[in-house]
Amino acid sequence: MAFIEINDLSHEYKGAEGQSTLALSHVNLTIDEGEFVAVLGTNGSGKSTLAKHLNAILLPSDGSVTVDGMDTRDASHLWDIRQSVGMVFQNPDNQIIAAVVEDDVAFGPENLGVPSAEIRKRVDDSLALVDMSKFAQFAPHLLSGGQKQRIAIAGALAMHTRCLVLDEPTAMLDPVGRQEVLSTVKRLHDEEKITVVYITHFMEEAAAADRVVVMEKGKVLMNDDPHNVFSHVEEMKRCGLDVPLPAEISWKLKKQGFTLPDNIITDEELVASLCQ
Amino acid sequence: MLTDITIGQFFPGTSLLHRMDARVKVILLFFLIIAIFVFDTPGDYALMCALTLGLGLASHVPLGTLMKSIKPLWWILGFTFLIHLCTVPGETITTVWIFTLTKEGFMRGFFLCLRLVLLILLSSLLTFTTSPLALTDALEALMRPLRVIGVPAHELAMMMTIALRFIPTLIEETDKIMKAQQSRGVDFETGSILKRISSMVPILVPLFISAFRRADELAMAMEARCYRGGDGRTQMKVLRVTRVDYAGILFIAVFFALQAALKIVGI
Repeated sequence: MAFIEINDLSHEYKGAEGQSTLALSHVNLTIDEGEFVAVLGTNGSGKSTLAKHLNAILLPSDGSVTVDGMDTRDASHLWDIRQSVGMVFQNPDNQIIAAVVEDDVAFGPENLGVPSAEIRKRVDDSLALVDMSKFAQFAPHLLSGGQKQRIAIAGALAMHTRCLVLDEPTAMLDPVGRQEVLSTVKRLHDEEKITVVYITHFMEEAAAADRVVVMEKGKVLMNDDPHNVFSHVEEMKRCGLDVPLPAEISWKLKKQGFTLPDNIITDEELVASLCQ
Repeated sequence: MLTDITIGQFFPGTSLLHRMDARVKVILLFFLIIAIFVFDTPGDYALMCALTLGLGLASHVPLGTLMKSIKPLWWILGFTFLIHLCTVPGETITTVWIFTLTKEGFMRGFFLCLRLVLLILLSSLLTFTTSPLALTDALEALMRPLRVIGVPAHELAMMMTIALRFIPTLIEETDKIMKAQQSRGVDFETGSILKRISSMVPILVPLFISAFRRADELAMAMEARCYRGGDGRTQMKVLRVTRVDYAGILFIAVFFALQAALKIVGI
């Protein structure tokens, strides 16, 4: 059984005057333990709604979501689910609760009722994992956006989260901050075997994943290896998405009549095939 | 222009007073305030002044900084003194227009002001030597017994924590909004008071909307991190009563005993 199983999930937002919007319709998706899955989609494609289903912030209108065998609709497992699946949101400012970095990282374990000495250890370990130990005593408003997002990641790690769900964590960051967050997430995935669900609209970030899920209008459009997904250049463009620059170049070259292999998505692959 | 403000008046340090448990400090302050009102002979005041001075020195907070905390209350002090000077009947010093200034009035006014000054100084010593966060934790711990009569101790402390966390963020945001409005020609600096107040509206509206949005997102982030109120919650930083605190308690107890003894002997 997969770590996260999404079966025929639909979600409907109820508006004020009885009208409703279908944000997700009949989504089927599984995420295995230790995977790095990127979710791509334009605004309104339902990707953030999907993220909020993974730790029971939203509950299905129809269908089901199970995390490690626990159904999100079962209120008795609510806190176990939220402990196993940690969330990092888009706005770095609006998810830091305490006025000192280490107090904020301690917030999750404190809520779980972990003994004080154990919290101290978890906080120190988590800050070391995101390389923020020397900022433990800082006030959050003195940190950069990328540093704030790393604190938010540490906050989830301190709960001994097994899966990180990041909902456009880099959308409000500068390029340096984006790189910091992505490399931290990749390292946690590689070294700590954390399952990662990375929602983004930056193609370069999605290209780093093991698997890419493309969403459009509340449905899963593609669910495949990044090489295969990004070779469907025309389809991606049709639903308002880009492809990484190397994929775009090779697609244009092929349209001009050059023979190139199908699945080029990184600079290195492009260089290698052009130099042949 | 608005950035770079300090919250509260915490003066970081490692003095004995800084190292004391915030809960103990709050309780001792409470007793000292009662003592100021119970012991009211000139001898008692002299002792209390000496104690305040001693604590001030022990805190390593510059005395000038400490005295500044009286500044906002200057007018109240002056006014209190004048009222007493003019209204208390007794031995006349001099008469100004319809007011009769008396010796008794002068003494009563002087001691009342001294009382207020001591009160402010001692309370300031607490806020100077205790970080706002430690103070919040201490108040939560001290209010916990009041939960049985329905005082939401944990919720109040959580509100304080979040307020402290978001003050700098909201100040930055206010600054940004003001600059945005100024760049579109809003004038905050000239005109009548009424005009200046009305030019604040375009700042407050976006600030409120953004604060509500932040609150909504923060609530979601807190839920995602398993927040479910104060029950069953532990704390990383446990408040601990140490030797410094016992020494402090003992010191104040001896001080009270001395004052009580003086009162009984009748000096």
